[in-house]
Amino acid sequence: MVQAAALLEARGVCKFHDGREVLHEVSLRIARREIVTIVGPNGAGKTTLLNCLLGLDTPDYGTVHRAPSTRIGYVPQHFNAQPSLPLTVISFLKLYGAVDDALVSELAVAHLLAQPLASLSGGELRRVLLLRALLNQPNLLVLDEPTSGVDVAGQGELYRLLKRLSVARDFAVLMVSHDLYVVMAGAERVICLNHHICCEGTPEAVGGDASFRAMFGDNLADQVALYHHHHTHTHGLGDEDYPHTHHHHEGCNHG
Amino acid sequence: MDELIVRALCAGLLLAAMLGPLGSFVVWRRMAYFGDTIAHSALLGVALSLLIGEALPMHVGIFLVAITVALLLARSTRDTRFNTDTMLGILAHGALAFGLVLVALNREAQVDVNAYLFGDILAINWADVWVLAGLAVAVALAIFIQWRALLMTTIDPAIAKVEGVNTARATMLLTLLLAAVIAVAIKLTGMLLITALLVIPAATARYFAKTPVQMALLASVLGMLSVGGGLFAALHVDVPTAPMMVVVVVALFLVSALLKRR
Repeated sequence: MVQAAALLEARGVCKFHDGREVLHEVSLRIARREIVTIVGPNGAGKTTLLNCLLGLDTPDYGTVHRAPSTRIGYVPQHFNAQPSLPLTVISFLKLYGAVDDALVSELAVAHLLAQPLASLSGGELRRVLLLRALLNQPNLLVLDEPTSGVDVAGQGELYRLLKRLSVARDFAVLMVSHDLYVVMAGAERVICLNHHICCEGTPEAVGGDASFRAMFGDNLADQVALYHHHHTHTHGLGDEDYPHTHHHHEGCNHG
Repeated sequence: MDELIVRALCAGLLLAAMLGPLGSFVVWRRMAYFGDTIAHSALLGVALSLLIGEALPMHVGIFLVAITVALLLARSTRDTRFNTDTMLGILAHGALAFGLVLVALNREAQVDVNAYLFGDILAINWADVWVLAGLAVAVALAIFIQWRALLMTTIDPAIAKVEGVNTARATMLLTLLLAAVIAVAIKLTGMLLITALLVIPAATARYFAKTPVQMALLASVLGMLSVGGGLFAALHVDVPTAPMMVVVVVALFLVSALLKRR
Protein backbone atom coordinates (compact mmCIF):
# COMPACT_ATOMS: atom_id res chain seq x y z
CA MET A 1 0.00 0.00 0.00
CA VAL A 2 1.22 3.44 -0.89
CA GLN A 3 1.03 5.90 1.92
CA ALA A 4 -0.97 9.00 1.19
CA ALA A 5 2.02 11.33 1.01
CA ALA A 6 4.15 9.28 -1.41
CA LEU A 7 4.54 10.76 -4.88
CA LEU A 8 6.50 7.82 -6.17
CA GLU A 9 7.29 4.42 -4.77
CA ALA A 10 9.48 1.59 -6.05
CA ARG A 11 9.39 -1.89 -4.56
CA GLY A 12 11.95 -4.60 -5.21
CA VAL A 13 12.95 -3.26 -8.61
CA CYS A 14 15.34 -5.54 -10.52
CA LYS A 15 16.62 -4.83 -14.01
CA PHE A 16 18.89 -6.91 -16.23
CA HIS A 17 20.93 -5.77 -19.21
CA ASP A 18 22.44 -8.56 -21.32
CA GLY A 19 22.16 -10.99 -18.42
CA ARG A 20 23.88 -8.65 -15.96
CA GLU A 21 21.83 -7.46 -13.03
CA VAL A 22 22.01 -3.68 -13.16
CA LEU A 23 19.47 -3.09 -10.40
CA HIS A 24 18.96 -5.50 -7.51
CA GLU A 25 15.92 -5.23 -5.24
CA VAL A 26 15.75 -1.45 -5.20
CA SER A 27 12.98 -0.01 -3.06
CA LEU A 28 12.47 3.66 -2.34
CA ARG A 29 9.73 6.20 -1.88
CA ILE A 30 9.61 9.92 -2.48
CA ALA A 31 7.31 11.99 -0.29
CA ARG A 32 5.97 15.45 -0.99
CA ARG A 33 8.42 18.36 -0.77
CA GLU A 34 11.40 16.05 -0.15
CA ILE A 35 14.79 16.65 -1.72
CA VAL A 36 16.35 13.28 -2.50
CA THR A 37 19.65 12.65 -4.22
CA ILE A 38 20.68 9.30 -5.65
CA VAL A 39 24.47 9.07 -5.71
CA GLY A 40 26.74 6.31 -6.90
CA PRO A 41 29.79 5.68 -9.04
CA ASN A 42 29.61 5.62 -12.84
CA GLY A 43 27.86 2.48 -14.08
CA ALA A 44 26.03 1.93 -10.78
CA GLY A 45 22.63 1.84 -12.50
CA LYS A 46 21.53 5.35 -11.54
CA THR A 47 20.10 6.32 -14.91
CA THR A 48 18.49 2.87 -15.32
CA LEU A 49 16.78 3.34 -11.95
CA LEU A 50 15.63 6.81 -12.90
CA ASN A 51 14.25 5.55 -16.22
CA CYS A 52 12.31 2.83 -14.37
CA LEU A 53 10.95 5.39 -11.89
CA LEU A 54 9.89 7.68 -14.75
CA GLY A 55 8.24 4.93 -16.80
CA LEU A 56 10.77 5.26 -19.63
CA ASP A 57 11.93 1.71 -18.89
CA THR A 58 10.12 -1.21 -17.26
CA PRO A 59 11.61 -3.19 -14.37
CA ASP A 60 12.13 -6.92 -14.97
CA TYR A 61 10.91 -7.59 -11.43
CA GLY A 62 9.28 -5.37 -8.87
CA THR A 63 6.87 -2.48 -9.23
CA VAL A 64 6.95 1.27 -9.59
CA HIS A 65 3.92 3.18 -8.44
CA ARG A 66 3.30 6.82 -9.28
CA ALA A 67 0.41 8.46 -7.43
CA PRO A 68 -2.35 9.66 -9.78
CA SER A 69 -1.77 13.20 -8.54
CA THR A 70 1.95 13.07 -9.31
CA ARG A 71 2.94 15.61 -11.95
CA ILE A 72 6.53 15.13 -13.01
CA GLY A 73 8.77 17.81 -14.47
CA TYR A 74 11.79 16.14 -16.06
CA VAL A 75 15.21 17.59 -16.85
CA PRO A 76 17.18 14.99 -18.83
CA GLN A 77 20.95 14.67 -18.70
CA HIS A 78 21.35 15.04 -22.45
CA PHE A 79 19.30 17.26 -24.71
CA ASN A 80 20.18 17.85 -28.33
CA ALA A 81 18.44 20.81 -29.90
CA GLN A 82 18.12 19.89 -33.58
CA PRO A 83 19.56 22.71 -35.68
CA SER A 84 17.30 21.54 -38.52
CA LEU A 85 14.25 22.52 -36.46
CA PRO A 86 13.67 26.29 -36.51
CA LEU A 87 12.55 26.93 -32.95
CA THR A 88 13.07 29.90 -30.66
CA VAL A 89 13.35 29.43 -26.90
CA ILE A 90 9.97 31.05 -26.33
CA SER A 91 8.12 28.87 -28.85
CA PHE A 92 9.87 25.82 -27.43
CA LEU A 93 8.64 26.73 -23.94
CA LYS A 94 5.10 27.57 -25.09
CA LEU A 95 4.77 24.10 -26.55
CA TYR A 96 4.81 22.69 -23.00
CA GLY A 97 2.78 25.26 -21.10
CA ALA A 98 2.06 28.93 -20.40
CA VAL A 99 5.34 30.73 -19.76
CA ASP A 100 5.53 32.12 -16.24
CA ASP A 101 7.20 35.56 -16.04
CA ALA A 102 8.27 35.01 -12.44
CA LEU A 103 10.18 31.87 -13.44
CA VAL A 104 11.71 33.65 -16.43
CA SER A 105 13.23 36.28 -14.14
CA GLU A 106 14.14 33.79 -11.40
CA LEU A 107 16.13 31.72 -13.89
CA ALA A 108 17.48 34.79 -15.72
CA VAL A 109 16.50 33.64 -19.21
CA ALA A 110 14.56 36.74 -20.38
CA HIS A 111 17.34 37.74 -22.79
CA LEU A 112 17.35 34.23 -24.35
CA LEU A 113 13.65 33.96 -25.22
CA ALA A 114 13.91 35.23 -28.80
CA GLN A 115 17.01 33.21 -29.61
CA PRO A 116 17.02 29.92 -31.55
CA LEU A 117 17.04 27.00 -29.12
CA ALA A 118 19.94 25.37 -30.96
CA SER A 119 22.17 28.43 -30.41
CA LEU A 120 22.24 28.29 -26.59
CA SER A 121 25.35 27.48 -24.60
CA GLY A 122 25.37 24.53 -22.21
CA GLY A 123 24.61 26.62 -19.12
CA GLU A 124 21.87 28.62 -20.87
CA LEU A 125 20.25 25.44 -22.17
CA ARG A 126 20.30 23.98 -18.66
CA ARG A 127 18.38 26.97 -17.26
CA VAL A 128 15.87 26.85 -20.12
CA LEU A 129 15.30 23.12 -19.58
CA LEU A 130 14.81 23.67 -15.85
CA LEU A 131 12.29 26.42 -16.59
CA ARG A 132 10.54 24.14 -19.07
CA ALA A 133 10.24 21.38 -16.49
CA LEU A 134 8.60 23.81 -14.04
CA LEU A 135 5.96 25.17 -16.45
CA ASN A 136 3.20 22.69 -15.61
CA GLN A 137 3.43 23.16 -11.83
CA PRO A 138 5.01 19.76 -11.17
CA ASN A 139 4.95 18.36 -7.66
CA LEU A 140 8.01 16.25 -8.45
CA LEU A 141 11.00 17.66 -10.28
CA VAL A 142 13.36 14.99 -11.59
CA LEU A 143 16.89 15.90 -12.69
CA ASP A 144 19.42 13.50 -14.23
CA GLU A 145 23.01 14.58 -13.52
CA PRO A 146 22.14 18.28 -13.25
CA THR A 147 25.69 19.24 -12.34
CA SER A 148 27.55 17.64 -15.25
CA GLY A 149 29.60 20.36 -16.91
CA VAL A 150 28.80 22.90 -14.18
CA ASP A 151 31.71 24.22 -12.10
CA VAL A 152 31.65 23.97 -8.31
CA ALA A 153 30.44 27.54 -7.82
CA GLY A 154 27.65 26.94 -10.32
CA GLN A 155 26.70 23.71 -8.58
CA GLY A 156 26.25 25.48 -5.24
CA GLU A 157 24.11 28.08 -6.94
CA LEU A 158 22.02 25.41 -8.64
CA TYR A 159 21.27 23.65 -5.37
CA ARG A 160 20.36 26.86 -3.59
CA LEU A 161 18.05 27.70 -6.48
CA LEU A 162 16.40 24.26 -6.41
CA LYS A 163 15.94 24.47 -2.67
CA ARG A 164 14.36 27.94 -2.90
CA LEU A 165 12.06 26.97 -5.77
CA SER A 166 11.09 23.72 -4.10
CA VAL A 167 9.91 25.58 -1.00
CA ALA A 168 8.26 28.44 -2.90
CA ARG A 169 6.52 26.24 -5.45
CA ASP A 170 5.86 23.27 -3.27
CA PHE A 171 7.53 20.44 -5.20
CA ALA A 172 9.76 17.51 -4.31
CA VAL A 173 13.13 17.07 -6.01
CA LEU A 174 14.64 13.77 -7.09
CA MET A 175 18.07 13.99 -8.63
CA VAL A 176 20.75 11.64 -9.71
CA SER A 177 24.43 12.45 -9.58
CA HIS A 178 27.86 10.92 -9.54
CA ASP A 179 29.12 14.16 -8.06
CA LEU A 180 29.51 14.00 -4.32
CA TYR A 181 30.80 17.36 -3.23
CA VAL A 182 28.01 19.85 -3.43
CA VAL A 183 25.26 17.27 -3.97
CA MET A 184 25.42 16.48 -0.31
CA ALA A 185 25.02 20.11 0.64
CA GLY A 186 21.60 20.44 -0.96
CA ALA A 187 20.18 17.03 -0.20
CA GLU A 188 17.97 16.22 2.73
CA ARG A 189 18.17 12.53 2.02
CA VAL A 190 20.85 10.67 0.13
CA ILE A 191 20.39 7.27 -1.44
CA CYS A 192 23.65 5.59 -2.26
CA LEU A 193 23.28 3.20 -5.19
CA ASN A 194 25.70 0.65 -6.50
CA HIS A 195 23.34 -1.79 -8.30
CA HIS A 196 21.56 -2.13 -4.95
CA ILE A 197 20.93 0.50 -2.29
CA CYS A 198 24.06 0.46 -0.11
CA CYS A 199 22.90 2.98 2.39
CA GLU A 200 20.40 5.74 2.77
CA GLY A 201 19.86 8.68 5.08
CA THR A 202 20.98 12.20 5.83
CA PRO A 203 24.27 13.28 4.26
CA GLU A 204 25.97 13.06 7.69
CA ALA A 205 24.73 9.53 8.31
CA VAL A 206 25.62 8.34 4.81
CA GLY A 207 29.05 9.96 4.96
CA GLY A 208 29.83 7.84 8.03
CA ASP A 209 28.44 4.60 6.64
CA ALA A 210 30.94 1.80 6.12
CA SER A 211 29.63 0.75 2.70
CA PHE A 212 29.66 4.34 1.53
CA ARG A 213 33.24 4.77 2.74
CA ALA A 214 34.20 1.54 0.99
CA MET A 215 32.72 2.74 -2.26
CA PHE A 216 33.96 6.28 -2.40
CA GLY A 217 37.00 6.07 -0.12
CA ASP A 218 37.51 7.57 3.32
CA ASN A 219 38.63 10.91 1.98
CA LEU A 220 35.59 11.61 -0.09
CA ALA A 221 33.30 10.32 2.64
CA ASP A 222 35.00 12.65 5.07
CA GLN A 223 34.47 15.58 2.81
CA VAL A 224 30.82 14.75 2.61
CA ALA A 225 30.54 14.64 6.36
CA LEU A 226 32.77 17.70 6.68
CA TYR A 227 30.66 19.70 4.38
CA HIS A 228 27.87 19.39 6.85
CA HIS A 229 29.64 19.29 10.18
CA HIS A 230 32.11 22.03 9.44
CA HIS A 231 34.62 20.54 11.81
CA THR A 232 37.68 18.52 11.00
CA HIS A 233 38.08 14.81 11.35
CA THR A 234 41.40 13.19 11.85
CA HIS A 235 40.76 10.57 9.17
CA GLY A 236 43.07 10.58 6.22
CA LEU A 237 44.85 13.81 7.02
CA GLY A 238 48.12 12.40 5.79
CA ASP A 239 46.56 10.91 2.71
CA GLU A 240 47.43 12.80 -0.45
CA ASP A 241 44.56 11.61 -2.62
CA TYR A 242 42.54 14.78 -2.33
CA PRO A 243 44.93 17.14 -0.58
CA HIS A 244 43.60 20.31 -2.14
CA THR A 245 39.99 19.85 -1.15
CA HIS A 246 41.00 18.74 2.26
CA HIS A 247 42.98 21.88 2.87
CA HIS A 248 40.10 23.90 1.59
CA HIS A 249 37.89 22.49 4.30
CA GLU A 250 40.44 22.97 7.01
CA GLY A 251 40.81 26.55 5.86
CA CYS A 252 37.12 27.08 6.12
CA ASN A 253 37.02 25.81 9.61
CA HIS A 254 39.93 27.67 10.98
CA GLY A 255 39.76 30.81 8.95
CA MET B 1 -4.27 22.19 -71.81
CA ASP B 2 -4.21 18.48 -72.49
CA GLU B 3 -6.18 16.45 -69.96
CA LEU B 4 -3.13 14.23 -69.57
CA ILE B 5 -1.13 17.20 -68.34
CA VAL B 6 -3.89 18.54 -66.08
CA ARG B 7 -4.15 15.12 -64.46
CA ALA B 8 -0.41 14.88 -63.99
CA LEU B 9 -0.27 18.40 -62.57
CA CYS B 10 -3.10 17.72 -60.09
CA ALA B 11 -1.44 14.52 -58.93
CA GLY B 12 2.01 16.11 -58.63
CA LEU B 13 0.76 19.14 -56.70
CA LEU B 14 -1.24 16.97 -54.28
CA LEU B 15 1.80 14.76 -53.68
CA ALA B 16 4.14 17.70 -53.15
CA ALA B 17 1.71 19.32 -50.71
CA MET B 18 1.69 16.16 -48.55
CA LEU B 19 5.43 15.72 -48.75
CA GLY B 20 6.05 19.20 -47.24
CA PRO B 21 5.12 18.53 -43.60
CA LEU B 22 6.09 14.84 -43.78
CA GLY B 23 9.48 15.76 -45.25
CA SER B 24 9.99 18.34 -42.51
CA PHE B 25 9.51 15.66 -39.85
CA VAL B 26 11.85 13.38 -41.80
CA VAL B 27 14.52 16.13 -41.76
CA TRP B 28 13.98 17.00 -38.07
CA ARG B 29 14.04 13.36 -36.98
CA ARG B 30 16.89 12.38 -39.31
CA MET B 31 14.75 9.76 -41.00
CA ALA B 32 15.87 10.34 -44.61
CA TYR B 33 17.27 6.83 -44.94
CA PHE B 34 14.17 5.46 -43.29
CA GLY B 35 12.05 6.95 -46.09
CA ASP B 36 14.52 5.66 -48.64
CA THR B 37 14.30 2.12 -47.21
CA ILE B 38 10.51 2.17 -47.39
CA ALA B 39 10.74 3.35 -51.01
CA HIS B 40 13.18 0.57 -51.91
CA SER B 41 10.74 -2.03 -50.61
CA ALA B 42 8.07 -0.82 -53.06
CA LEU B 43 9.12 -3.15 -55.86
CA LEU B 44 8.55 -6.12 -53.56
CA GLY B 45 4.99 -4.83 -53.08
CA VAL B 46 4.59 -4.55 -56.85
CA ALA B 47 5.87 -8.11 -57.34
CA LEU B 48 3.52 -9.53 -54.69
CA SER B 49 0.59 -7.64 -56.15
CA LEU B 50 1.34 -9.08 -59.62
CA LEU B 51 1.63 -12.61 -58.18
CA ILE B 52 -1.58 -12.46 -56.20
CA GLY B 53 -3.56 -10.64 -58.84
CA GLU B 54 -6.64 -8.48 -58.43
CA ALA B 55 -7.16 -9.40 -54.81
CA LEU B 56 -4.17 -7.25 -53.95
CA PRO B 57 -4.23 -3.87 -55.76
CA MET B 58 -0.82 -2.37 -56.37
CA HIS B 59 -1.24 0.59 -53.93
CA VAL B 60 -2.26 -1.83 -51.21
CA GLY B 61 0.57 -4.27 -51.95
CA ILE B 62 3.18 -1.51 -51.82
CA PHE B 63 1.62 -0.08 -48.64
CA LEU B 64 1.56 -3.44 -46.84
CA VAL B 65 5.18 -4.21 -47.72
CA ALA B 66 6.21 -0.67 -46.73
CA ILE B 67 4.51 -1.02 -43.35
CA THR B 68 6.07 -4.44 -42.78
CA VAL B 69 9.52 -3.07 -43.58
CA ALA B 70 8.93 -0.04 -41.34
CA LEU B 71 7.88 -2.26 -38.42
CA LEU B 72 10.81 -4.62 -38.97
CA LEU B 73 13.07 -1.62 -38.93
CA ALA B 74 11.58 -0.28 -35.69
CA ARG B 75 12.07 -3.72 -34.14
CA SER B 76 15.58 -4.22 -35.45
CA THR B 77 16.84 -1.09 -33.69
CA ARG B 78 16.48 -3.08 -30.46
CA ASP B 79 19.42 -5.22 -31.57
CA THR B 80 22.12 -2.95 -30.23
CA ARG B 81 24.90 -4.89 -31.97
CA PHE B 82 24.22 -2.95 -35.16
CA ASN B 83 23.59 0.69 -35.80
CA THR B 84 20.38 1.68 -37.55
CA ASP B 85 22.22 2.48 -40.79
CA THR B 86 23.40 -1.14 -41.08
CA MET B 87 19.84 -2.39 -40.60
CA LEU B 88 18.57 0.12 -43.16
CA GLY B 89 21.12 -1.11 -45.68
CA ILE B 90 20.12 -4.73 -45.13
CA LEU B 91 16.38 -4.07 -45.35
CA ALA B 92 16.44 -1.57 -48.23
CA HIS B 93 18.58 -3.57 -50.58
CA GLY B 94 17.27 -6.92 -49.38
CA ALA B 95 13.71 -5.84 -50.17
CA LEU B 96 14.76 -4.37 -53.54
CA ALA B 97 16.61 -7.56 -54.53
CA PHE B 98 13.70 -9.78 -53.47
CA GLY B 99 11.38 -7.57 -55.49
CA LEU B 100 13.55 -7.70 -58.63
CA VAL B 101 13.91 -11.50 -58.40
CA LEU B 102 10.17 -12.02 -57.84
CA VAL B 103 9.29 -9.76 -60.76
CA ALA B 104 11.73 -11.63 -63.02
CA LEU B 105 10.40 -15.04 -61.92
CA ASN B 106 6.88 -14.03 -62.85
CA ARG B 107 7.08 -14.91 -66.56
CA GLU B 108 3.42 -14.22 -67.30
CA ALA B 109 3.44 -10.57 -66.41
CA GLN B 110 5.61 -8.39 -68.59
CA VAL B 111 6.77 -5.76 -66.14
CA ASP B 112 8.68 -2.65 -67.07
CA VAL B 113 10.83 -2.28 -63.97
CA ASN B 114 11.84 1.21 -65.07
CA ALA B 115 8.27 2.41 -64.52
CA TYR B 116 8.66 1.64 -60.83
CA LEU B 117 12.24 2.82 -60.48
CA PHE B 118 11.59 6.22 -62.08
CA GLY B 119 7.81 6.45 -62.25
CA ASP B 120 5.71 8.14 -64.92
CA ILE B 121 3.42 10.88 -63.80
CA LEU B 122 1.87 11.08 -67.29
CA ALA B 123 0.68 7.46 -67.05
CA ILE B 124 -1.66 7.98 -64.10
CA ASN B 125 -5.47 8.06 -64.28
CA TRP B 126 -8.16 10.06 -62.47
CA ALA B 127 -8.63 7.27 -59.92
CA ASP B 128 -5.02 7.76 -58.85
CA VAL B 129 -5.65 11.49 -58.47
CA TRP B 130 -8.64 10.79 -56.20
CA VAL B 131 -6.57 8.42 -54.08
CA LEU B 132 -3.96 11.18 -53.74
CA ALA B 133 -6.61 13.76 -52.84
CA GLY B 134 -8.10 11.50 -50.18
CA LEU B 135 -4.69 10.77 -48.73
CA ALA B 136 -3.80 14.48 -48.76
CA VAL B 137 -6.86 15.25 -46.63
CA ALA B 138 -6.00 12.39 -44.26
CA VAL B 139 -2.37 13.52 -43.92
CA ALA B 140 -3.35 17.15 -43.31
CA LEU B 141 -5.94 16.18 -40.67
CA ALA B 142 -3.70 13.69 -38.89
CA ILE B 143 -0.76 16.11 -38.70
CA PHE B 144 -3.01 19.00 -37.63
CA ILE B 145 -4.65 16.99 -34.83
CA GLN B 146 -1.43 15.37 -33.61
CA TRP B 147 0.85 18.38 -34.25
CA ARG B 148 1.81 19.03 -30.62
CA ALA B 149 2.43 15.34 -29.83
CA LEU B 150 4.45 14.90 -33.04
CA LEU B 151 6.55 17.99 -32.37
CA MET B 152 7.17 17.13 -28.70
CA THR B 153 8.15 13.59 -29.66
CA THR B 154 10.53 15.03 -32.26
CA ILE B 155 12.13 17.54 -29.87
CA ASP B 156 12.76 15.09 -27.03
CA PRO B 157 10.93 11.76 -26.81
CA ALA B 158 11.94 11.15 -23.18
CA ILE B 159 10.56 14.47 -21.91
CA ALA B 160 7.41 13.99 -23.99
CA LYS B 161 6.83 10.48 -22.63
CA VAL B 162 7.47 11.38 -18.98
CA GLU B 163 5.04 14.25 -19.25
CA GLY B 164 2.23 12.13 -20.67
CA VAL B 165 2.53 12.25 -24.47
CA ASN B 166 1.84 8.97 -26.26
CA THR B 167 5.15 8.99 -28.14
CA ALA B 168 4.72 5.46 -29.50
CA ARG B 169 1.45 6.49 -31.13
CA ALA B 170 2.97 9.67 -32.58
CA THR B 171 5.89 7.72 -34.06
CA MET B 172 3.58 5.04 -35.44
CA LEU B 173 1.36 7.68 -37.03
CA LEU B 174 4.32 9.25 -38.78
CA THR B 175 5.50 5.83 -40.00
CA LEU B 176 2.03 4.93 -41.34
CA LEU B 177 1.65 8.25 -43.13
CA LEU B 178 5.11 7.94 -44.68
CA ALA B 179 4.43 4.39 -45.86
CA ALA B 180 1.06 5.39 -47.33
CA VAL B 181 2.40 8.47 -49.14
CA ILE B 182 5.40 6.59 -50.51
CA ALA B 183 3.10 3.79 -51.70
CA VAL B 184 1.00 6.17 -53.80
CA ALA B 185 4.03 8.20 -54.92
CA ILE B 186 5.84 5.27 -56.58
CA LYS B 187 3.69 5.48 -59.71
CA LEU B 188 4.42 9.22 -60.00
CA THR B 189 8.09 9.59 -59.18
CA GLY B 190 9.46 6.08 -58.82
CA MET B 191 11.20 4.59 -55.83
CA LEU B 192 14.63 6.04 -56.54
CA LEU B 193 13.64 9.70 -56.51
CA ILE B 194 10.84 9.93 -53.94
CA THR B 195 13.29 10.59 -51.09
CA ALA B 196 14.57 13.64 -52.98
CA LEU B 197 11.09 15.16 -53.12
CA LEU B 198 10.60 14.29 -49.46
CA VAL B 199 13.81 15.76 -48.08
CA ILE B 200 15.00 18.55 -50.39
CA PRO B 201 11.96 20.90 -50.24
CA ALA B 202 12.03 20.67 -46.42
CA ALA B 203 15.78 21.29 -46.33
CA THR B 204 15.34 24.30 -48.63
CA ALA B 205 12.51 25.64 -46.46
CA ARG B 206 14.80 25.47 -43.42
CA TYR B 207 16.83 28.35 -44.84
CA PHE B 208 13.87 30.73 -44.66
CA ALA B 209 11.54 29.38 -41.94
CA LYS B 210 11.44 30.88 -38.45
CA THR B 211 9.03 28.33 -36.95
CA PRO B 212 8.25 24.63 -37.50
CA VAL B 213 4.85 25.49 -39.02
CA GLN B 214 6.46 27.90 -41.49
CA MET B 215 8.97 25.24 -42.48
CA ALA B 216 6.30 22.59 -43.08
CA LEU B 217 4.12 24.95 -45.17
CA LEU B 218 7.02 26.45 -47.11
CA ALA B 219 8.27 22.94 -47.89
CA SER B 220 4.88 22.19 -49.46
CA VAL B 221 5.01 25.38 -51.55
CA LEU B 222 8.58 24.75 -52.71
CA GLY B 223 7.72 21.13 -53.52
CA MET B 224 4.69 22.20 -55.53
CA LEU B 225 6.77 24.76 -57.45
CA SER B 226 9.37 22.11 -58.24
CA VAL B 227 6.85 19.50 -59.33
CA GLY B 228 4.96 21.98 -61.50
CA GLY B 229 8.11 23.56 -62.92
CA GLY B 230 9.74 20.18 -63.46
CA LEU B 231 6.69 18.78 -65.24
CA PHE B 232 6.53 21.63 -67.76
CA ALA B 233 10.29 21.70 -68.25
CA ALA B 234 10.29 17.95 -68.87
CA LEU B 235 7.50 18.25 -71.45
CA HIS B 236 9.24 21.19 -73.10
CA VAL B 237 12.60 19.49 -73.61
CA ASP B 238 11.13 15.96 -73.77
CA VAL B 239 12.91 14.24 -70.88
CA PRO B 240 11.48 11.99 -68.11
CA THR B 241 9.36 13.95 -65.61
CA ALA B 242 10.54 12.70 -62.23
CA PRO B 243 14.27 13.39 -62.75
CA MET B 244 13.41 16.85 -64.08
CA MET B 245 11.35 17.62 -60.95
CA VAL B 246 14.30 16.62 -58.80
CA VAL B 247 16.63 18.77 -60.93
CA VAL B 248 14.36 21.76 -60.26
CA VAL B 249 14.15 21.10 -56.51
CA VAL B 250 17.93 20.68 -56.25
CA ALA B 251 18.37 23.96 -58.16
CA LEU B 252 16.05 25.70 -55.67
CA PHE B 253 18.06 24.25 -52.81
CA LEU B 254 21.38 25.40 -54.29
CA VAL B 255 20.11 28.95 -54.87
CA SER B 256 18.80 29.09 -51.28
CA ALA B 257 22.04 27.73 -49.89
CA LEU B 258 23.96 30.41 -51.80
CA LEU B 259 21.60 33.19 -50.66
CA LYS B 260 21.75 32.10 -47.02
CA ARG B 261 25.38 30.97 -46.81
CA ARG B 262 27.41 31.95 -43.81
